[in-house]
Amino acid sequence: MTTIPTEPVQPGKASLLYDPKIRGYVYQLALLAVVGFLIYSAASNAIENLRAQKIASGFGFWHNAAGFDVNQKLIPFSASGSTYGQAFWVGLLNTLLVASIGIVLATFLGFFVGVARLSSNWILAKIAMVYVEVIRNLPLLLQLFFWYNAVLKPLPNPRQSIELPAGILLNNRGLYLPDPQLEPGGSLIVLTFLLGLVGAITFRYWARKQQEATGKQYPVGWIALGLVVVLPFFVYLLMGRPITFIYPELAGFNLRGGIQIFPEFVALLVGLTTYTAAFIAEVVRAGILAVSKGQSEAAHALGLRPGATLKLVVIPQAMRVIIPPLTSNYLNLTKNSSLAVAIGYPDLVQVFTGTVLNQTGQAVEVVAITMAVYLTISLVTSLFMNIYNKRMALVER
Amino acid sequence: MNRFVSAALAVAATAAFAGGAQAQTGLLAQVKSRGQLICGVGPGLAGFGIPDAQGNWSGLDVDLCRAISAAVFNDPAKVKFIPLSSKDRFTALQSGEVDLLSRNTTWTMSRDTSLGLNFAGVNYYDGQGFMVRKKLGIDSALKLAGASVCTQQGTTTELNLADFFRANKLKYEVVAFASADETIKAYESGRCDAFTTDASGLYAERLKLGVPTDHIVLPEIISKEPLGPVVRHGDDTWLDIVKWTHFAMLNAEELGVTKTNLDEMLKSENPEIKRLLGTEGKFGEAVGLSNDWVVRIVKHVGNYGESFERNVGANSLLKIARGQNALWTKGGLQYAPPIR
Repeated sequence: MTTIPTEPVQPGKASLLYDPKIRGYVYQLALLAVVGFLIYSAASNAIENLRAQKIASGFGFWHNAAGFDVNQKLIPFSASGSTYGQAFWVGLLNTLLVASIGIVLATFLGFFVGVARLSSNWILAKIAMVYVEVIRNLPLLLQLFFWYNAVLKPLPNPRQSIELPAGILLNNRGLYLPDPQLEPGGSLIVLTFLLGLVGAITFRYWARKQQEATGKQYPVGWIALGLVVVLPFFVYLLMGRPITFIYPELAGFNLRGGIQIFPEFVALLVGLTTYTAAFIAEVVRAGILAVSKGQSEAAHALGLRPGATLKLVVIPQAMRVIIPPLTSNYLNLTKNSSLAVAIGYPDLVQVFTGTVLNQTGQAVEVVAITMAVYLTISLVTSLFMNIYNKRMALVER
Repeated sequence: MNRFVSAALAVAATAAFAGGAQAQTGLLAQVKSRGQLICGVGPGLAGFGIPDAQGNWSGLDVDLCRAISAAVFNDPAKVKFIPLSSKDRFTALQSGEVDLLSRNTTWTMSRDTSLGLNFAGVNYYDGQGFMVRKKLGIDSALKLAGASVCTQQGTTTELNLADFFRANKLKYEVVAFASADETIKAYESGRCDAFTTDASGLYAERLKLGVPTDHIVLPEIISKEPLGPVVRHGDDTWLDIVKWTHFAMLNAEELGVTKTNLDEMLKSENPEIKRLLGTEGKFGEAVGLSNDWVVRIVKHVGNYGESFERNVGANSLLKIARGQNALWTKGGLQYAPPIR
């Protein structure tokens, strides 16, 4: 009897339909097509409806004259001649200003409070706890109203400004700082300051390398202070004090001259900073507690003081736990800055999705641009924090 | 998988074809089948649109909504009021959230042409003014150089303000808030030297201040602010209804038809009154209403003059004189085309 040799059937060759790989691709493509179709039909439907209702569409409004004013602006903007596009930049810069300063301040305050909660000083730890629990558990909008109405508004009117040291004036129109003016030779001071800054950073880098190589420590803090503060001050005296100040003074209804910091800005900054700092404090506390106790005990056993233990042993290890949630807090702060609209701070949402949207009536375009901007800001922040996270991550050998 | 695809297609189809259905049946039919008119009003401006402690809305703008409800349903209460801030009002109307907007909205060319909206008339002729504290001791808006001015954003006010100071080469600082309440609160707390909005609004907002008599309205009126109801493009019948409801109230006043003498007027032999009240001709049917539509309006709401005096005029807290809003026969600007 002869047997007919039967070849084993290759599953893929028999039918493409049963190839798991190909099936996978087909499903992926089908999903992609459905999603693409949904987006396309939603967009074309919107465009068609706008056309049918004769609502202006497109981005032509960008170059149209705006015709309104904004009080706080980092770039020149006025009702005469500025466009909606420029209004967008005014708003965006104001958002970035409050968000970036807020992130820096919230980080410092948050780290301080987070460490303070773990302090062996009972009162300090309890104060930090009360701060975190109170701030964290109240809605941010309410806190903004509080800072704006309850704290800033009872300030006196410009005629009865509170005089602070160094010619600084405080009233219900804001904080007025003397405006420094550079006389001839004044730019040398700025140059010295910048050089000092570069020098300090270089020195710190060099000192660290030296310490890693030889174990020898240098007084980085004092030398940096000397380079950045003392040296420019000497140049200032040497050049015959070439910086003069324009002091704010009363003229008509308001103060004239000086740098005006608006109460809306201060309220928003204080609100965002204190609120986010409470969350950052908890993140920091969690990060520190995640470092095993043995680490600090070992550091103490080696003779490191508590400050040095925290700085050199605990925090570097805690950072790995801290950075990812810290990033979310930074993103939250940036997004929360849009609550500015409630207290009249001209941020992106207030100026652009507020006034510009209303004057042009082009809700779809304006809101789409605004969403794209917040998305971009958030993604860029995440990107930088992820790079930083990679640098801090445990290097496995 | 199949079920998923069909569900997704259904969603896509809805997204793609939604809106088509809306255009086919008119808004009047929709309102009738819904049994309710949805009216976008101001979030609380005394005299024009404000809810009382029980949530009952009243005001000149509110009365227009009630008049339309009366004309359609023979009942002024079949209205759902949606309070809208200046900032949100047009989007709410464009997206179909409200059937009409009746809330101190200035008729401008750009709003009429590029927002996909139609203005249905002017129910209040207004102009923008300034309010300041008495103790500042100024008597003219031209003396506001260097002042901080509080205003509400998303309004023509914001633009007129910039125009006024630019035209007169004066410096100023603008502080813009999203809501009227925040704006007046900021002014009261001293954040601003002056508060600006339409003159009618100034009188209405002044009532909210702690001591209203400490504040004065400056004499300058810096703009034309014809305020009126607004509807979406594309439904001419609905535009006619809103427009003619307002005209009917004006014509009723002009012909002396009031809430109290309505029954006598129904027996009138005056052909104009007969056409107005539907005892002659079929004018109501032409816009899809019943022929006694004006009778319903006057019975439930009153004529324009009655509504004016009750809400903003002599019988109200505001005590605004008729002025420009008097009938054309009395030297004002309110003029309605005839019903014939």
